[in-house]
Amino acid sequence: MDYFLTEEQQMIVETAWEITREKIIPQRAELDEKNEFATSILEDIARADLFGIFIPEEYGGFGGGCFEIVLALEQLARGCVGVATSFAASALGIFPVLIAGSSEMKEKYLPDIAEGKRWAAFGLTEANAGSDASGIQTTAVEDGDFWVLNGTKQWITNGGEAHVYTIVALTDPQKGARGASIFVVEDGDPGFSYGKKEDKMGIRSSATRELILRDCRIPKDRMVGRRGTGFITVMKTLDISRPGIASLGVGLAQAALDEAVTYAKQRVQFGKPIISFQAIQHMLADMATELEAARALVYGAARHIDAHPKQMSKVSSMCKVFATDMAMKVTTDAVQVLGGYGYMKEYPVEKMMRDAKILQIYEGTNQIQRNVIGQELNKEYSR
Amino acid sequence: MEILVCIKQVPDAKDVRLDPETNTLAREGVQSIMNPYDRHALEEGVRIREQLGGQVTALSMGPPQAEEVLREAIACGADRGVLVSDRAFAGSDTWATSYTLAMAARTLGTFDLVLCGKQAIDGDTAQVGPGLACRLNMSYATCVQKTREVDKEAIVVERMMDDGYDVLRLPLPALLTVVKDINEPRVPSLKGKMKAKKARITTLSADDIGAVPEHIGLAGSPTQVVKVFTPKPRGDRMIFSGTAEEQVEQLLEQLEPYL
Amino acid sequence: MLIVDEEKCIGCGVCEANCSFGAISVVDGIAVVGDGCTLCGSCVDTCEPEALHIEATGKTATVDLDEWSGIWVIVEFRHGTVAPVGFELLGVGRQLADQRGVPLSGIILGDRVAETAGDLIAAGADQVYLVEHPELAQYREDVYGRVLERLIREHKPEVVLAGATAIGRSLIPQVATVLGAGLTADCTQLAIREEDGMLLQTRPAFGGNIMATIECPFSRPQMATVRPRVMAPLPRDAGRSGEVIRVELPEDIYQSRVEVLENVISDQDDVNIQEQEILVAGGRGTDGEKGFAMLRELAEELGGGVAASRAAVDSGWISYPHQVGQTGKTVCPKLYVACGISGAIQHAVGMQSAETVVAINRDPAAPIYDIATYGLVGDLFEIVPLLTRKLREKKTS
Repeated sequence: MDYFLTEEQQMIVETAWEITREKIIPQRAELDEKNEFATSILEDIARADLFGIFIPEEYGGFGGGCFEIVLALEQLARGCVGVATSFAASALGIFPVLIAGSSEMKEKYLPDIAEGKRWAAFGLTEANAGSDASGIQTTAVEDGDFWVLNGTKQWITNGGEAHVYTIVALTDPQKGARGASIFVVEDGDPGFSYGKKEDKMGIRSSATRELILRDCRIPKDRMVGRRGTGFITVMKTLDISRPGIASLGVGLAQAALDEAVTYAKQRVQFGKPIISFQAIQHMLADMATELEAARALVYGAARHIDAHPKQMSKVSSMCKVFATDMAMKVTTDAVQVLGGYGYMKEYPVEKMMRDAKILQIYEGTNQIQRNVIGQELNKEYSR
Repeated sequence: MEILVCIKQVPDAKDVRLDPETNTLAREGVQSIMNPYDRHALEEGVRIREQLGGQVTALSMGPPQAEEVLREAIACGADRGVLVSDRAFAGSDTWATSYTLAMAARTLGTFDLVLCGKQAIDGDTAQVGPGLACRLNMSYATCVQKTREVDKEAIVVERMMDDGYDVLRLPLPALLTVVKDINEPRVPSLKGKMKAKKARITTLSADDIGAVPEHIGLAGSPTQVVKVFTPKPRGDRMIFSGTAEEQVEQLLEQLEPYL
Repeated sequence: MLIVDEEKCIGCGVCEANCSFGAISVVDGIAVVGDGCTLCGSCVDTCEPEALHIEATGKTATVDLDEWSGIWVIVEFRHGTVAPVGFELLGVGRQLADQRGVPLSGIILGDRVAETAGDLIAAGADQVYLVEHPELAQYREDVYGRVLERLIREHKPEVVLAGATAIGRSLIPQVATVLGAGLTADCTQLAIREEDGMLLQTRPAFGGNIMATIECPFSRPQMATVRPRVMAPLPRDAGRSGEVIRVELPEDIYQSRVEVLENVISDQDDVNIQEQEILVAGGRGTDGEKGFAMLRELAEELGGGVAASRAAVDSGWISYPHQVGQTGKTVCPKLYVACGISGAIQHAVGMQSAETVVAINRDPAAPIYDIATYGLVGDLFEIVPLLTRKLREKKTS
């Protein structure tokens, strides 16, 4: 389906696809097997100017929005969701600065991010605060010209590989929803260290680690936005990042569909290629239809968000939950179409199925997404 | 440093098939691409410019559509692209081609380093590089698999030999033809693509480069094609049929003398 | 220029169908020449109404052709050894020289080359020019080029042959350019045309599955390079006699701008596929390193080595020293088993002189079957292991 991309958007798609084709696809199986972070590929992505897609021009970026990120992520996810996640997580990590940072702070961090010289990560989740983000226990206490942070963040994507971390910490625990603030912690800050790298079911080329803050001292100017606005910024951040995750689902499902159709045309059983059988055809038809529906919803949501509407949470959550549930189904079906071969590591679809699962979990589980949508519907119909 | 990279637009070899009916090349759907070896030459030129500063000029001799590869070169880091194109160049063999490229290079200025791919995947002669070096009176090395050092005076390279490689020090100006091992070309960047879109590709005609008619095109080609033909198939062939098992049995019978 | 006589042209489209470049097409009933025309002349030959012709360039010989006589073979000498292709070229050179009724000379540059003269004469040379000098111990483009240019200008051979080795492919194009001589690379056939004594050089051409025969009507010498293992040497005849000429040149010709800092010899000697009598080769259809592991097993059973097409090497499934074809090595084993190889000419020229060729491919229309002695059509992942197994069974039984 034609989505009427502009010439520049088309260039983004081509550039990202070329990285996938030339750099990601040849390396993805090995990175997955070795649980290795895709450093050189991220450097290629940086060289191709993709890290700057959503950074304003005045800071050296391309000046694009949510839709441009979605286009790039979809193409990268066709290669490997692990690599694409690393890229997406860096964007997620710097969004708070973009949304709420002062111009001095933006000036300090955004140019390097745009060039891909430094990568970011988002530190919200803790052992006791997953879906219930308000349950965080990391604290930030004033001490003269410094803030001192204490706590542990869990399962942070790009942990240990990023240079710039946006950490959500309680500045006024007794104030509840207004009690948190966001801080920029940099690799090398005193009292900041990393835990071991997690061994995951999928997206193994992405690095997931604990962040340990033990009397981590950072200068006062590292606070992002006003004190107490932490959770508000977090919500805004997630609103604009969800379509990115959704587009990982779209790209992944596309790759899986491509494998399934190609295979079905070649595999001969009972004297015919299996694509001639309705059972297979119907599976492929459903996969393709749901994929296209997801794509249209994700693109629509991204464009909606770029128009800076008053309400975006519902649409943002919808595209995330739909596209990621779709990706799980399509990748599972792709393994089924490839049959025994699909189960073997020699073929790429089993990895795709393993990679798909996390999309339903991170950035707000699909259960939380449904909560958001339900609550928004409730609000909408009350007006 | 003034760097010249010579680039050729060629048909994508893997798409080229023989049409069994007409016994000629089936041309539909065959893409034109930048000669893969030239892509590596360009990448090396861009890297050297990143190291020492200067300018990378991409030069191509070809029909008007070859402008595409020059834009691609700019997207991949070249500072400018120049096309030398003229009907009078038709039928050029490698002698006339190196003459034309040399005249174009001289028209553009003096260069410290000229980089070419080892060979073009359509002609596969690997003759233009050395010929060009000779006309520009430059030291040269072919099949360079690595540049070890480069400064304003000289370049140290690994030049492949049949038994390994030699390490050479060439004074500048020098010409290198490169093999694929020399580097991993970058993916064209977004900014590069935008620059390429807006770029003005200079086109030079035979007159613009001061080319002498006797030295270009068919007239300037000491080699001439007598005929073109398809090779004869081998005699007495046996194509087996049946299941894999049956075919293998039949083959084993025939292969007795080799076992 | 390719000229279309619009009066004679009947718009039959035979030229369009036969053009290897898509450079001529019929538009509104008349043939129109496009940008890609290389003036190869194929269409002219096939045009029945004779509506096509290539405008004569009015070119005449730049040299007096009669002054040029003799067949020369440039013999490569490196690290104390004569490159075997030199002997192969003396073999074909002998035929050319006999046809032309002229002497065959071997030219050898290097340090301490004097002992090679006997071998070159035994291989068919009537004369051997020895250019011996310590400065020639290392191949350097400028010195070797100047020496050859000088010798050729002085002695005026009508034909100069050289091996398409690393050195040959570097050196000969330089010499051809400076002499204004025509050079044809990677020739698979060399012959003398009866009518006028012209050298006919045949090579695979135009990046496709066709061959071209080339001549150099206006320039001398007629130069050609040939890949190792394409031509055959003569049986060594120690009884042959010939003239040995030591060439003395002024010292300044040996001054070089190039410094050789190091010679690094590769220790990859398990990949001398050119010495193997049996080769099992894999192409695009082999689909990966595991496919090659399967071919290696078959090769072991047969007591041979593993080779590959360019597609397989480019995909990274096997290293370059195994590559057979126009941009790889030329081999002529007794048995060549081509698995999942389409047989495009760039590969075929590297192995077509094998005694027996077995082709295993999924596609019955693949050109490999045209040059195969035995063809199997099917899934190579089924056939190859089966073949390996049966060979093992035969051995144990």
